[in-house]
This record gives sequence, C-alpha cells and structure tokens, in this order.
Amino acid sequence: MSLFALEPRREASRAASLAAPVVAVFCALVAGAILFTLLGHDGLSAVYEIFVAPLLNPYRWQDLLVKAAPLAIIATGLAIGFRANVWNIGAEGQYILGGLGGTFVALQTLDLQGGWILPAMILAGILGGMAYAAVPALLRTKLGVNEILSSLMLNYVAIQLLYYLMRGPWKDPMGFNFPQTAMFSFDQTLPMAFPGTLIHLGVPIAAAVALTAFGLMTRTIVGFQVRSVGASPKAARFAGFSVNATVWFALLLGGGLAGLAGILEASGPFGQMVPSFPTGYGYSAIIVAFLGRLNPLGILIASLVLALTYVGGENAQTAIGLPSAAAGAFQALILFFLLGFDILAGYRVKRGRARRAQDASGGAAAISPTPGSAIPTPSTTGTQRA
Amino acid sequence: MSLDLVVAILMAAAGAATPLLIAALGELVVEKSGVLNLGVEGMMLIGAVAGFAVSYTTGVPALGAVAALLAGALVSLVFALLTLSLMANQVATGLALAIFGTGVSALAGAPFVGITTTTLGPLVAFDDPILRLLFGQSPLVYLALLLTLAVWWFLKHSRQGLILRAVGESSDAAHAIGYPVLKIRYLAVLFGGAMAGLAGSYYSLVLTPMWAERLTAGRGWIAIALVVFASWKPGRLLLGAYLFGFVITMELQAKAAGFALFAPEFLSALPYLATIVVLAVISLGRRNATHAPACLGKPFRPAV
Amino acid sequence: MTPRLELSGITKRFPGVTANEDVSFAVAPGEIHALLGENGAGKSTLVKIIYGVQRADEGSIAIDGRTVSIGSPNEARRLGIGMVFQHFSLFEAMTVLENIALGMDNPPSGRTLDARIREVLTEYDLSLDPQREVHTLSVGERQRIEIVRALIQKPKLLIMDEPTSVLTPQEVERLFKVLRQLRDEGCSILYISHKLAEIKALCDTATILRGGKVVGTCDPARESARSMAEMMIGGSLKDISTKAKGLIGKPRLAVDGLDAPGEPPFGTSLKSVSLSVRAGEILGIAGVAGNGQNELVSVLSGERLTGVSGSIHLDGAEISRLGVGARRKRGLSALPEERNGHSAIGAMTLAENAVLSARGPAGLTAAGGLLRLGRARIYAKTVIDAFSVRANGPEAAAASLSGGNLQKFLVGREILGEPKVFIVSQPTWGVDAGAAAFIRQAMIDLASRGAAILCLSQDLDELLELSDRIAVMNGGRLSEAMEVAGVSIERIGLLMGGVHGEDDPESEAMLGAGRAA
Repeated sequence: MSLFALEPRREASRAASLAAPVVAVFCALVAGAILFTLLGHDGLSAVYEIFVAPLLNPYRWQDLLVKAAPLAIIATGLAIGFRANVWNIGAEGQYILGGLGGTFVALQTLDLQGGWILPAMILAGILGGMAYAAVPALLRTKLGVNEILSSLMLNYVAIQLLYYLMRGPWKDPMGFNFPQTAMFSFDQTLPMAFPGTLIHLGVPIAAAVALTAFGLMTRTIVGFQVRSVGASPKAARFAGFSVNATVWFALLLGGGLAGLAGILEASGPFGQMVPSFPTGYGYSAIIVAFLGRLNPLGILIASLVLALTYVGGENAQTAIGLPSAAAGAFQALILFFLLGFDILAGYRVKRGRARRAQDASGGAAAISPTPGSAIPTPSTTGTQRA
Repeated sequence: MSLDLVVAILMAAAGAATPLLIAALGELVVEKSGVLNLGVEGMMLIGAVAGFAVSYTTGVPALGAVAALLAGALVSLVFALLTLSLMANQVATGLALAIFGTGVSALAGAPFVGITTTTLGPLVAFDDPILRLLFGQSPLVYLALLLTLAVWWFLKHSRQGLILRAVGESSDAAHAIGYPVLKIRYLAVLFGGAMAGLAGSYYSLVLTPMWAERLTAGRGWIAIALVVFASWKPGRLLLGAYLFGFVITMELQAKAAGFALFAPEFLSALPYLATIVVLAVISLGRRNATHAPACLGKPFRPAV
Repeated sequence: MTPRLELSGITKRFPGVTANEDVSFAVAPGEIHALLGENGAGKSTLVKIIYGVQRADEGSIAIDGRTVSIGSPNEARRLGIGMVFQHFSLFEAMTVLENIALGMDNPPSGRTLDARIREVLTEYDLSLDPQREVHTLSVGERQRIEIVRALIQKPKLLIMDEPTSVLTPQEVERLFKVLRQLRDEGCSILYISHKLAEIKALCDTATILRGGKVVGTCDPARESARSMAEMMIGGSLKDISTKAKGLIGKPRLAVDGLDAPGEPPFGTSLKSVSLSVRAGEILGIAGVAGNGQNELVSVLSGERLTGVSGSIHLDGAEISRLGVGARRKRGLSALPEERNGHSAIGAMTLAENAVLSARGPAGLTAAGGLLRLGRARIYAKTVIDAFSVRANGPEAAAASLSGGNLQKFLVGREILGEPKVFIVSQPTWGVDAGAAAFIRQAMIDLASRGAAILCLSQDLDELLELSDRIAVMNGGRLSEAMEVAGVSIERIGLLMGGVHGEDDPESEAMLGAGRAA
C-alpha cells in the first residue's frame, strides 16, 4: 500500500468504467492460464481452446448466439434488480420453474395442435418464474427476510422439484423409464429465426428484451424509481416511491425474465424437459449483469463473452479433456478482476505516499466508493433495517 | 428404539452439525467486524478439496485438515483484498468467491473423483454406546465445541473482541479513536476463511470421506443463514447448528429407511426449506430490533 | 512560557481543495483557545491533524516545546491530547463503560474502570450511568461520555470540536463550568466553534481561520461579535430584510393529536403533537437533535404512514392518509435535514435530483410514465441561476457540490415549485454564512408570498431571527407555540431540556431562577 496510493476523483471516470470490463477479461485470461497450470492442467491450451478456438469456427458462432440469449435475458432482469439493491440470486431456480411451467402446458397439449400452444407455454414459463420469485419478494417485504439467502435456498429446492417431476409424475410413459418428459410436438417447439441455422427465436427475443429494458431504465419514471431505491431507499421515499413496490417489481421482473429464458431453452434447444436442464445460466447471468455494467446494452455484449466460456468449455472438454468446471473458474476470475478494477473509476492510482481523503470539511465531497459500477451497497443479512 | 440407534442418530446429528457450526463461527466473527462474506460455500469447497488432496497424498488426514484451513484462509485473502483494500462491493465479491470456489475445486479435484482416503475419525474406538457418543467421535466435533466457547469468550470478554465489535459497529468511530479498521477486518476475514476451509474438509475427510464436485451442496449458505438465525451470538449458533444437524440426519435416516410418505426429493429439499422457514420465523420475532452489526456490508475508506 | 501546543506552517491539501495553508499559532498552558471559522474554513481538518487522524502535508507540531510527529490518535493520547468529536465517536449498541474503555490504550478491568469513571464524574460534577447502553442516552449525555473518556486520561490539551451545537443553553453553561475548572487545573483547551457569543464568554484567545488560512488572532473579550464575524467571513455582514408584518392569514397547516412510532432502531416516537401554521407565517421548532424532529418531518411529508394517528389538515383538507406525491400535488413540500441520501442522491445529476421531488410541480414527466429529461435539465438550470448555485451545470453530480451549494439547490428546487406549505429541517446546517443568509432570505420571501413555513432547527439564533412564533420539541412532545417577540431564552432552554409545563413546581422554581439570573 505504500508504493501506490489511491486518490479519489472528483467525478467518476467514465473511461475507466468502460475500460474495466475489457481489462478484466484480459487479466482473467492471463490469471486463468497461470491458475490452470498450477492445478496441473495445460493453462495455455485451456485459454486457447476456450476463448480462441470457438471464434475460429463459424459454425460455433451460431452456438454462441444461442447460448448468449438466455444469459442476456436473465441478466437483464437481474441487473434491474441489482440497480434497485435487490439481490436476487435465485435466477437458477426461477429459470427451472419457468421451464417447468411451460412444460406443464406442453404436457397438457401434447395431442393438440395450434399456433396458440407455444405462446401459452411461454406465458406459463414467465408466470412460473414470477411465482417462484414472489416467495423471496413476499418474505422480504412482509417479514424483512433477506432475499439473498431465501432466493438462493430456493435454487436447491427447484432442482429437487425438477428431479421429483422427472422421476415420477411427468416421466414419459413411452420413454423406457428414462427420467425425462416426452419430446415436445412441432407446435410446442420454438421455431428458428433464420431457417437452416441453429439460431432460434430466443435470440431476437433476447435483443428485444435488452433494448426495451434500456429504454425502461433510462427514459421512464419506473426506471428512475428503481435507480432511486437502489441509490438510497430514504431518498426514494422522499421522492414518493414505495420501496416495497420496487422490491416486488424487481423480483417479479427478474423472475419473469428468468422464467422466459427457461421456457425458451426448454422449447428450443432441449425440446423436452430433462434432469440436466439447469446448466448454471442463473449463476452465470449474475456475472453477465456485472460485466455489462448493469446496463442492458452492455449485457448484450457481456452475454456473448460468457457464452464463449460455455461454448469454449465444451470445446476444451472434448479437445483436451479439461473438466467442464473450468468455464466457471474463468467466469469467476472475470468477475474478480472486474470488481477489482472498478476502483479505478472512482480513484486514481498515485505513486508514493497516500493523500487520500473524502472531505475537506465542507469542501467538495468525494464521490461514493463504487461510482463507476453503480452497484448499491448491500443491506444487512437477515432482517432489513427499516 | 434401541440405545444403539439413538446414539447413532445423535452422533450423525453431531456430525452433520459440526461443519455448519465451524463455518458459521468463522462467518460470525467476520460479520461482527462489519464484513459480509457470502463466499463461504466457495471457501468450504476449496478447503474440502485441499484437505482431501493432502490427506490422500500424505496419508495423514490431520495434515489434510490443516491444509484445508490454510487453503480457506488463502482464498479469503482474495476477498479481503478486493473488498477491503479495493472497496469492491461485498455482496458481488462474495458471490464471485462462491462461484470461483465451485469451479476451482472441481478443477483441482478432477484427479481425485471416485477415490477414498483415510477418515479423520475417532481417536479411540468404544464399544459402549454412551462412551462412543461422548468420546468416540471425530476430533473435529470436539474442536467445534471448543471453538464455540473460544469465540464466545473472545467476543464477550477479551479486549481484542471488544475492538472487533467496535469496528463492526462503527468503522468511522473506531478509526477516529485510532483503531486499524482494515487490519482488524483483514484478520477477521482470514479467520472466517480458515474456518470455512476446515469445515469443508469435514465433508471430504470425515463424512464421506471422498471428493466429488459440489460436495458441500449449499451447506455454506446454510451456515450464513445460521448466523442470522443466531442473532450473531455464538451460543445460539451452537443451538442452530445442532438443530440443522438433526434435520439433515432425519432426512438421511428417512431416506435410508425407505420412508414412503414423502418423496426422497422432498427430503433432500428439506434443509433448504427449513432454512427459509427459520429465517422467516426469526424475522417475525424481531420486526423492529435487529442485532446485526451496524456497519455490516458497508465499505470503509479512511481519510489520511 | 513554552506553549503547550505550537503549530508551524501546517498545510494539508485534498484533491481540488487546500484545507489548510501555512497555519501557525500557539496555545499556552491553562488557556482556552478558540479556533474560529466558517463551515469549510478548515477547522475540522486541522484538529484531525493535531489528533493524528489525518496527516499534514507540510509543517510541524510541537508539544511543550518538543517537536512531535503524531501518526495516530493513540500517539496523540500518549502525548496527553484528548479530543471530543463533533460527530461523536461512539458505539451505539455498547455500554458507556465499553465506550470509554475503547477510548483508552490500556484500560483497567471493568470494575476498576467503573470506579474511576465515577471518580471523574464526581470531580467534575457530571452525572452518567456507566452501565447504560449508548443508544438509550440523550445527545447531551453522549457528549459527556466523550468528555469523560478524554478526562479519565488526564489530558494536557483537550480539543473540543463544535461541542455546543447539540446542547440546550443550560447544558452549555454546565459544559463551560467543566471547561473552566479544567483550565484552572492547567489543562489547555482548543475550542472549535463558529458561535461568537460563546467564544466571547469562554475563551482567552481566538485564532480565526478563513479558507484554510489564519487571518487573525484576537482577544475575544475586546472584540465585538460583529468584528469577529467580519474577520471570519472576510467581508461585511449583510442584514437580511425582514418580511412585512401583518400579512399573516388563515391557518394553512393544522396538525392535531399526532402520534407516531419512532424510527428504528433507536428513534423517538411522537406523542400527541399539535401545531398550526398560518399563511405568511414562519413557525420555528427548537429542540435538541433526536427528540422526534425527523419523525415529525417524515410524518408531515407523508414518508411515514404506518402507525400514524391524528389529523393533518392542509388548507382545511384532511391529508393524513395521503402519500408523498399526493401531498406534494396539493402544495406541501418538505425538505428533511439530511441531504446526502435523503433529499438528494449524490451519484445522480442535478437534473435527476430535480426529478426526485419537483417532477409533479414542474411537470417533468409525460403520459405513459416517460421522463422529460430536457425539461428536468431546464428546471435544474433555473434553480441554479435563481439561487446562485455554484455547480458545473445541470449535469453535475450532486456529490460534486459543496454542502452550502447543494443545500441552496435543494431549497431552490422546493421553493421554485411555490409550495403552499414548506416544511424544512435544519435549513442551514453545515452551510457557509453566505449561503445561509441566502437560504433564510428565500424562506422569508416565500412566506411573504403567503406560504406557511414550518422550520425545525437546532440553531436557536436562526429560529429567533426567522420565526414569528416558536415551539420546542422534547421527547417527542411539542410545546405550545410562543410569540418570538419577548420570549425568554431560559424558558426555551428549559423546555429543550425536558422541563415542561406550569403544573410542575420544580420547573416553575427553575424558570423563576432562570428569569432572575
């Protein structure tokens, strides 16, 4: 600490805030290579197979878009929540419930035909995710239970629910006793956005969701309300906004979008419901949200970066036998570096002894500690202070 | 019910409670200093894999436990560096740590999947069920109880404990009086990491004893919830951990007995559902008063 | 005689601000030395340097003739320096004893310390229970903890940073008694304040800071308050124009029997508060901080609705069930005491901060919930111009403004909406004299245009200057309002200290004594 010191900037640096994600990804590659080598793997090939090889293969580009779509949809919802200081980390469970909600409709309509079936499944998926997110919302607004723990616990419950349904009630009777549902019919399957490709309708939907969310956050009073509640619940109350209503909004939106992603995956790439349906999108989307600076447009880019770790992870598994967990390690490293570099938006690094301070008693107050990231300070675990 | 069965259940409950208690004690000290580290799950997994690796290669499980302790402390240092020195958001960094630990432990543990190691079991074997219950469990079970007592004494009666609480109560006031807020928080986070690592090794060295991906299955998050449940008091933490130990044991017993009334998936979900219920009930009881340290989760930047 | 404390050429720079520039002065043993200056003059930074909380960039400090380097508060205490902070350095959830132990380097065990605390309390004629938890104590008692914490270490130099801003007049007198006793025992006191009357009454010497520099040293007894004030602000004082009398009309805000729970975790509940403010009138509410003022503001603004009973009428219409937005629409505007994170969001721009409360009055939203950001910028610009706010335009972050400029912006944001009723708490807290005068003038002008203003403040002088009538808050209760002309300061002081009504013989006796004095 004595060689370098941090000096607060008077205004948050926009350039540093935008550069941080790029630098973070680059540093994560370097650190990842070192870490993997230390753990007994070939670090350089791991980086190559995960981050470079997929980009050289145009067929993989489609895969990239297909994997990025659910990440972007979920992350958009989470980011709006994080902006409101609502820490929904139950997206994985809401994604599962979305898939299950849509599958429920699909199982009822297996023998039917009509263009209404898929929309009904999608609606049920959104409702499933919302209903699941309503639990932490209710617990937080009525009892003050912290949503971090409650939403996370529900992820584990959702997985068990999925296993139960696959093993029992929803098992395909014609499926040779495999724990999975019947294949969805043509009317229950998500059509391709571009015929002859892998790119299904979920990809344009993801882009539309992000663009709509961008408009919502920057141009409407609802977005302003969300940002106010996140910056300071007291100031939001002063402005006449209800904090509880905002918590509900953030959780239902986050849950609904996670549910949407779930049913799009189930009716798209999966084409049925299986026990291996949850692939960690709900957790990775948290990283997408941060890497995208909690900004829906940034999230579109960040979702492609994280999709690369998925596609590349599979690639590295087949090419050099790297465990699939490698992708997760890279994702976490990206987030670590991003969080570390964030400080450069609010502070500049100086050589030599510290000259850091917040306030010259009535002089210009220094900006808040994490200005660039716009990440609100979390409230306490457990009961929220009223 | 025979005495043997009762003792078996009690011992299983103590076994299930011990890692929760150790991890939660660490997190309690961290939170008392005003820092919220949500990465317990990740640190436990890293402790679990480090403990297993060292135990397997050296054949000495005790060395594995020590390695787990050090590994947990080492990764918590990453968290401390980011949140304390670089003032990164504690919730986000904690989540990153949880994801990181899951990924890295799976990578590091890949060669060990499917192998078993020597158990860090009881030092002496007893035939008598009562003696077995009292003295015949893994040394970590007793260590956890001693640690509870030590943490209680430290926070309640020692000067250093008073200072640690002061830092968590008001970092600005502590700084103004002249206490090194960041140093104290660094030490607390390191302690929390070491405890989480040790707790993780309990799974890979005592309970299973083997390594599998995501071996701790979300128990790290339950440990965090226990701290809330305990209102940041070590005595109540002991109670809560053993309560959960029973819930988990009942789940396993019911599954083993082929208890048909509930689906096994429901029983598997039980600890997580119980956590939610417990959090809700505890919040009902204290709508207005919260016992959380006042500065929990808030970054601190001294003006020099 | 060797000075107890000697500062030579102290300079301290922050990014964009020089807090102290070449500050030199000396404090003699057994002297009460005032450090006088406006908000932002650099007083607090200077004392933090002396107490080792911050480090000077240049200059040296000598204690009893020996040059010392004070790297931490612990070193300061070892050198015999004690400090009582303006924003108390206390731990709310801990006991008085624990708080005092935390302020000592090698505290004795609990029982011995308890005994020593009681010794100090007796010696200086103070009362305090060492076993109580801090959050249960009044502001005055909390300050006593800090004082005992310093005195128990027998300091040679005691620094007091704005100690009286939170005390009742009677408590101020008691504090002065302690300080004089300390001086007579040979302890030096560095007394930071901007209150001129106090400095004249207490201090032997005064050093005046302006813009971080020493602009003069004087004997306060020989100077007039006005001459010291002019040295402090570096210009002549402008008198604010009072509003014309006799314009007072019908009641606009009428509150009756208002009860509300305190703000968690340690707030004060409101107990049957009644008041009425008429058109053209300013009603002042005096009181020590934490006696229910914040609760009153949040209940009147509509921020708190749960658990509230009683009636609130605005121009005759009952509004007690309406929310914040609906009340604003009807012309009630409330500006709470805390700027950062309550009436303003530091990370947002001034234009966005305008949207917070002025979106209704100024029409900053359109159909469909869309924001009119262009209009918000224009509104913010209007406020900036009308209230001479020094800011980098409407896109400047609120946090980049100084306290005084931000407060001018916030008061302007409310007043330009022409509220019928304006409720404001601590309008000039932490604001420099120029901005304070501007804000007071704006309030008087608003009242002259027929608005009713409810002004809560801890600064009694401010209330006496602004208000037509004044009432006192204590323990969540509000006293009867009194005409300011001819009101007795002693009576207000006793009400602030919780000595109520005429049915209490002891308080009558004290009131009598107060008048006689």
